[in-house]
Amino acid sequence: MITIIDYNAGNIRSVLRACKEAGAEAFITNDPKTAAQATKIIFPGVGAAPSAMKYLKESGMDAALRDAFKAGVPILGICLGAQIGLESSEEGPTECLGLIPGKTVRFKLKDKMLKIPHIGWNDVKVLKAHPLLDGIKEGDQFYFVHSFYPNPASRENIYAVSDYGEDFCCAIGFKNYFATQFHPEKSGRLGLEFLERFKGWEGK
Amino acid sequence: MLSKRLIVCLDVRNGRLAKSIKFVDTKDIGDPVAKARQYYEDGVDELVFYDITASREERDIMLDMVEKAASQIFIPFSVGGGIRSVEDATKLREAGAEKVNVNTAAIKRKEVITEIADAIGSQSTVLSMDIRSVSPNAKIPSGYEIVINGGVTPTGIDALWWAKEGERLGAGELVINSIDADGTKDGYEIKLTRMIADAVGIPVIASGGAGKPEHLYEVLTEGHADAALVASIVHYGEYTCRQLKEYLDGRGIKIRLSY
Repeated sequence: MITIIDYNAGNIRSVLRACKEAGAEAFITNDPKTAAQATKIIFPGVGAAPSAMKYLKESGMDAALRDAFKAGVPILGICLGAQIGLESSEEGPTECLGLIPGKTVRFKLKDKMLKIPHIGWNDVKVLKAHPLLDGIKEGDQFYFVHSFYPNPASRENIYAVSDYGEDFCCAIGFKNYFATQFHPEKSGRLGLEFLERFKGWEGK
Repeated sequence: MLSKRLIVCLDVRNGRLAKSIKFVDTKDIGDPVAKARQYYEDGVDELVFYDITASREERDIMLDMVEKAASQIFIPFSVGGGIRSVEDATKLREAGAEKVNVNTAAIKRKEVITEIADAIGSQSTVLSMDIRSVSPNAKIPSGYEIVINGGVTPTGIDALWWAKEGERLGAGELVINSIDADGTKDGYEIKLTRMIADAVGIPVIASGGAGKPEHLYEVLTEGHADAALVASIVHYGEYTCRQLKEYLDGRGIKIRLSY
């Protein structure tokens, strides 16, 4: 059973629906006590880091997520859920959860024809094998909508990149935490297959 | 590299597909969700449901349809037609729409763009513009005027100014719908699309006039559009989404093909 964290950051029912389609049982909670019991977590979100972190702190969900991470519970972050997994974000700036060393940064594009936010389908290039990325081939595309992206301190934690003017990190992983800047729940069949792999992932 | 997008628009009336859409296969007649699912499997990058009557009573029917679509289609889709307020937009988002399109309501009261963007985010707020060409004059220097009520009522508003104003107010994307090109199948309004795409920093979706795959190629290259919206070219079964995308790919346009 997957616990989907609701922290007032965007429409997360699309994640629930996609899990269902991918054959993964899931439910939504905004209660840190319920989250503390979770055996598998999806931490989604669309929106701004400052208001998201404020809500997480006030609700006590930030501690629940850190505890779950320490306890080895497999956690999947999506979009904002990936950005606030790092220590801080340039958006605000904001102090974040710190599950992975590093910082979330804004696109600094040299090519003025490129628009921000980066919206649409883009290639995900796998740099390093990971059970959750199994089966992703060259040219496979996923759906993005964002202006910031996660930039881990260590290259070791970067699993995939995408190209928008320059390569940017779009999948990060550290121990039992994995997170994507793209939206598997909006990425058609390839996204549903990704969620199906998360269903079977033990966090190793 | 970011792909160009192929978007299909479905006109909906009373929760059913509008009669203007004819079908090649009989299986899905009338049901927008089944038709949308078919396009989803055919590789469309995004869908638009356009509520063509959008009276108050029909709002709830639309919400119900959006809920059903959201459990069948795992790509972004937007809803347009008759969206007047933050409440309308929020309800559609909660029902599962990724984006909402505002049009006439923003002409009547432009603050509604900012209000909706604040509530659901700029990335989910699309400003849809119906545009016709006119002789350039002091009031409409670009020679393109915004029209409303399905293209019949002129507004005296310059389309180029309105596009920039829409971006400033918080719209995250623009739909450029040429009333002159709409239904002609002679191709998109390239000059108009390019003028606006070059003037704003947000993605531009070209709409109206697609009759051949070449038209999509033109508007995505010369027209500087980020996405091409089609309707009858796929509804009448002349082309599948796959065929359109393979054509574009063959001509060197970056587009999603693995799905």
